[in-house]
Amino acid sequence: MNNILYAVLVLGILGAVFGFVLAYASKVFAVEVDPRQEEILGVLPGANCGGCGFPGCSGYAAAIVEGKAPLNRCAAGGAECAKKISAIMGVDAGEIEKSVALVRCSGGPNVTKKYEYLGIKDCLSASRMPGGGPNECPYACIGLGSCVAACPFGAISVTDGLAHVDREKCVGCMACAAACPKNVIVKVPYSADITVACSSKEKGAVLRKYCDIGCLGCKICEKACPSGAIHVVDNLAVIDYSKCTSCGLCAQKCPRKLIRDSKLNRENDIDENAAQAE
Amino acid sequence: MSFTGILSIALGAILVENFILVKFLGICPFLGVSKKMDTALGMGFAVIFVMGLASIFCWVVNEWLLVPFNLEYMQTVVYILVIAALVQFVEMFLQKAVPSLYQALGIYLPLITTNCAVLGVALLNTQYGYNFLESVVYGITGGIGFTIAIVLFASVRERLEFADCPKAFEGFPIALVTAGLIALAFMGFSGLKVW
Repeated sequence: MNNILYAVLVLGILGAVFGFVLAYASKVFAVEVDPRQEEILGVLPGANCGGCGFPGCSGYAAAIVEGKAPLNRCAAGGAECAKKISAIMGVDAGEIEKSVALVRCSGGPNVTKKYEYLGIKDCLSASRMPGGGPNECPYACIGLGSCVAACPFGAISVTDGLAHVDREKCVGCMACAAACPKNVIVKVPYSADITVACSSKEKGAVLRKYCDIGCLGCKICEKACPSGAIHVVDNLAVIDYSKCTSCGLCAQKCPRKLIRDSKLNRENDIDENAAQAE
Repeated sequence: MSFTGILSIALGAILVENFILVKFLGICPFLGVSKKMDTALGMGFAVIFVMGLASIFCWVVNEWLLVPFNLEYMQTVVYILVIAALVQFVEMFLQKAVPSLYQALGIYLPLITTNCAVLGVALLNTQYGYNFLESVVYGITGGIGFTIAIVLFASVRERLEFADCPKAFEGFPIALVTAGLIALAFMGFSGLKVW
């Protein structure tokens, strides 16, 4: 009988003592956390993509509460998320323009290969091979899919050795760009219709030897542009989207057809659909 | 307590009777948080920390409370209670006093509250009849053994990610095969002796 009594007493008292110690400790060692931080964390998408430049969603929420970060940095949540955060913080978030990733290369099967690469299926490993990877063009997409592995949203895919971004799925966190050893991926506004699908800074005469579709830096687009939005910098056409009016003249004039006009494609698609319907 | 006795306990806990690879305790974190080297290291340090503390407190509770009342049969229950309360307390204390260490240990500290390696070290201390100093050494070196095993495994798994293995073996299956091979290699230490 005593045995049972002791057992119950010892365990009961031990439990009670620990309970009181913990209760007391939670008061003494309480760390004040701003309740808004929890709320903001609830609003954020929780993808922990790092697109805001902070370590995960909780890091960003803490930075907002401390007033160290702007409210509209969450690429994944977009304008809707910024609005909710501004409601919690009680300030105006400002307009946020959605941006997406763009692969600036039209290579794929057209890229001339120096040799066949059979090593580890990883762009960084391939780019460390002699001559900066298997591609003749030092700027081209290697197409082994390091960006695909890095994308937390499944928005990028590789077909025929060239990465493609699904603009609807992409949130513009640029995790893919960080994973790309060739820096072939850049951030562009979602509304951008005109894109330059090449990132080669090589001189035209050299580039011509191994690529039939790369930018030669001929400046025809620069002359064609009525609003001064496109310029050739380091032998490569670059668009200033704050000036671009999406008129598509540069795309029409480009001798290598590497300036893409997505409006045109859409119209073409519509025409084809209409033709098929007929 | 002689120095060689301490040394043989330490060597035994780290290599000969490694908690993960020979005793098969704490397999859950071993497989769960060994995908990256730095998370494995964080987990390892948290385990060293908690195993050391658990050894101290469980020895005290056993010696001063359970033995005098002839309640040795309640060791498992009481140890679970002690370890759970201890980890909770340490977590609160660290959050207030040493936020940098709290950040570094992160989620791993509460995770190992119910880790069987931690409970195992406390029970084994009693089973082997270790005194206070021996218990502490056994707890800390057991944690070091855990850390060595998980870091070794994580470094292999980081490379496995890029390995060209058969489709059916990708991911967990090949990791389990690797774990088996590492355990097999650790069996080689079983003949090790300290005079």
